Amino acid sequence: MKMLPRSGLSKFMSRYGSFGVLFVITLAMSLANKSFLTVPNLVNVARQVSINTIISAGMTFIIITSGIDLSVGSLVALSSCVAMIIIEATGSSLLGIVTGILIGGAAGAFNGAFVAWAGIPPFIVTLAGLTIYRGIALIITGGTPIIRFEGGFRSLGQGALLGIPVPVIIMIIVVIFMHFLLTRTAFGTHVYSVGGNEEASRLSGIKVAKVKFQVYVMGGMLTALAGMVLMGRLSSAQPNTGEGFELDAIATVILGGTSLMGGRGTIWGTLVGAFIIGILNNGFNLMAVDAHFQLVAKGVIILLAVLLDRYLKRKQA
Amino acid sequence: MDSLETPQGASGLSAQGSADSRQSEPGQPTSGLSDSGLSVLGISKGFPGVQALDDVSFSIHSGEVHVILGENGAGKSTLLKILSGALQPDSGRILLDGKEISLRTPGTASQVGIAAIYQELSLVPWLSVAHNLFLGREWMIGRFLMSRKILKEKAEEVFAALGLSLDPGALTGDLGMAEQQLVEISRAFSRNARFILMDEPTASLTETEINLLFGKIETLKKAGVGILYISHRLEEIFRIADRVTVMRDGKSVYSGAAGELSLPELISRMVGRPIGNHYPKETIAPGNLLLEAKDGVSGEEGLTFSLRQGEVVGLAGLVGAGRTEWARKVFGADPDSNMRIKVSGTEVSVASPRHGRDLGMGMVPENRKEHGLISGRSVLHNITITIIEWLSNLGIVDRKRQSDISSEFIKKLSIKCPSDTADISTLSGGNQQKAVLAKWLARKGKIIILDEPTRGIDVGAKFEMYQQMNSLCREGKGIILISSDLPELLSMSDRVYVMHEGRFVAALDKKDTSQEKILEYASGLGAKNTARNGSKGL
Repeated sequence: MKMLPRSGLSKFMSRYGSFGVLFVITLAMSLANKSFLTVPNLVNVARQVSINTIISAGMTFIIITSGIDLSVGSLVALSSCVAMIIIEATGSSLLGIVTGILIGGAAGAFNGAFVAWAGIPPFIVTLAGLTIYRGIALIITGGTPIIRFEGGFRSLGQGALLGIPVPVIIMIIVVIFMHFLLTRTAFGTHVYSVGGNEEASRLSGIKVAKVKFQVYVMGGMLTALAGMVLMGRLSSAQPNTGEGFELDAIATVILGGTSLMGGRGTIWGTLVGAFIIGILNNGFNLMAVDAHFQLVAKGVIILLAVLLDRYLKRKQA
Repeated sequence: MDSLETPQGASGLSAQGSADSRQSEPGQPTSGLSDSGLSVLGISKGFPGVQALDDVSFSIHSGEVHVILGENGAGKSTLLKILSGALQPDSGRILLDGKEISLRTPGTASQVGIAAIYQELSLVPWLSVAHNLFLGREWMIGRFLMSRKILKEKAEEVFAALGLSLDPGALTGDLGMAEQQLVEISRAFSRNARFILMDEPTASLTETEINLLFGKIETLKKAGVGILYISHRLEEIFRIADRVTVMRDGKSVYSGAAGELSLPELISRMVGRPIGNHYPKETIAPGNLLLEAKDGVSGEEGLTFSLRQGEVVGLAGLVGAGRTEWARKVFGADPDSNMRIKVSGTEVSVASPRHGRDLGMGMVPENRKEHGLISGRSVLHNITITIIEWLSNLGIVDRKRQSDISSEFIKKLSIKCPSDTADISTLSGGNQQKAVLAKWLARKGKIIILDEPTRGIDVGAKFEMYQQMNSLCREGKGIILISSDLPELLSMSDRVYVMHEGRFVAALDKKDTSQEKILEYASGLGAKNTARNGSKGL
């Protein structure tokens, strides 16, 4: 309750603690390996984090409303499989991609409807979604990947503009758009309000259920967009792809300083979080760290980063 | 429900036998140095902006019921929290059997035999009654495996000592409020509590349940347990009290044997502070009719609530009388299709807070933290939350206008904050309250519901809140004021409706009413006088 004077540094650190973590990790990696801090490698890192960042941008909105979406990994598979089937049938990449993204929106609407109007906890709704969407992807493909080495869709994953990979361009557009949506629009204000205090928001006349519904629809569409990028990158749609993406996305959002309790969080933070995970992966690979050991190290670093963030926030409070 | 009382059965569980002095000692509040008793001497406790307790001394003896009376904010609950170790006093001493003790945590209090029972019970609803009874003391049943048989036997032993016939195997959540309260009491008793502190134990009980509870209090008394009993309900105290202490504004203003003073005398001591000077009420000639509403229970014959422009209409009643519930229905927070109201002459049924808002209503809720504030967000965000759509073009917020409007209200209501981007939860209570009010003023609300607007805020902030009420009235708005602070309610309102058990039982003009009269109606004592007004209409 008391207003304490805060020094600029502690305020900066508490708000951008994850930024400090990113800095330290980058520094460590560049000291450990000469080829890390080179333009081609950094572009490579950016491309590697793009899919996770696109998904995590949608997840950030959902988590700010104190929700969660466990179904994103399955939805990556479902949306890309549907898109590929359409592309195979019609030969039109555009039609496939649009349909894929609409499928993402529909799945998000399904999640959102149960969360917003049926009042079922998001964890349960999206856990059900996780198995349902995966199941549908397996059914419609018969469980086998669809591979296709022709078509414009591949440029989504493999193309480049002025030397910048298309996935990175998509990621940048998504991040800027979502940041704008969150900070400058009435919708963004409502998202923060619902997460900050749902009942006070309702009593202020905000349509709480509608806001919740919308964040899941948006999350679904962004997840599907990530699915399209992945499909382009792999020149194929795989019903088994995307397993564990939900955990990466949640870790990313939390590393970015978004509170699982809702009400707090930024898209910039999420971008930083995505790069922390991306750089860890990249650096470990460059150093040829054993893949199994990588898993352990990643988990430990995530825990430490969140612990540090918490410590800084508590110190501030 | 309960069998015969068997106080002697308690001796095995209650450390101090019933041989303690049962007869109440002379009602000297400061005679704290008695041999067997719990006393506080010169306790003071301040919170930012308010002195909750100011040099309070009093004592509880074994085997007596000591009732503390006082209005909200008189300091009763603070005193109870200090005695239960939940709060530390700023100064003063606590003595147990003449020896000074320090109650650093609730755990220490419990070790020396002090147990507190709060309004919100601390039982686990999904565990059986017996499990709850021994929660945290499972070692009494078994080292690792809890034998159901022993558990049941031990529980029955406790219940027998208190003459209760509760089923130890029953799921605690299935019990009624009174029975749960009895489980809490049994738990305290089985921990050898010598002193049990009860905060408004009857607030949510029915008459039969109250009788049951009082019966058990009698049993505890006979077993030598000293009871501190805090209540609003005046009619109760004569049934159980041995001694009565009246608190007002953090001071103990009266202490004496029960029956020494009559009910009206006690009331006048409770409310006895001078009225008028702290309340800058301006009277404005009422304008157009803004709102008409029934209580939603009494049907057509019941009293009709009305509110005009420039008026403050007060709602009086005891805690639990249904004032907040009524206001929430009117505003649409708890939509009730049976509740039809007239807003500026048009009959409507308010379907949601959004609907209420669009009808020109605004509510500053009783529970500021849970229902009013979007904590973690800025002052600006909290003030403009109701008008964010007005400030947006194609969904994009005009940040200049948003900041202008927020600054306007920060200035108008003199909300003290380092900047409009400061987290609302870092503001003081009074300033938070003003921000919650500001969001409705920004929305140009005509009907403002203030539910306990000055609870927990300091005197200066209260005064500012009253001035705001005046200025709203001058602007032609109407205010519904719900307050348990009677002097405030009476001073700031133009008219007062009294609620009792969900009904309007009286519509009183400020000129010809008094706090005593309101309290009578609010306690249900005055109900017969208004029967012809239709409160018994159903």
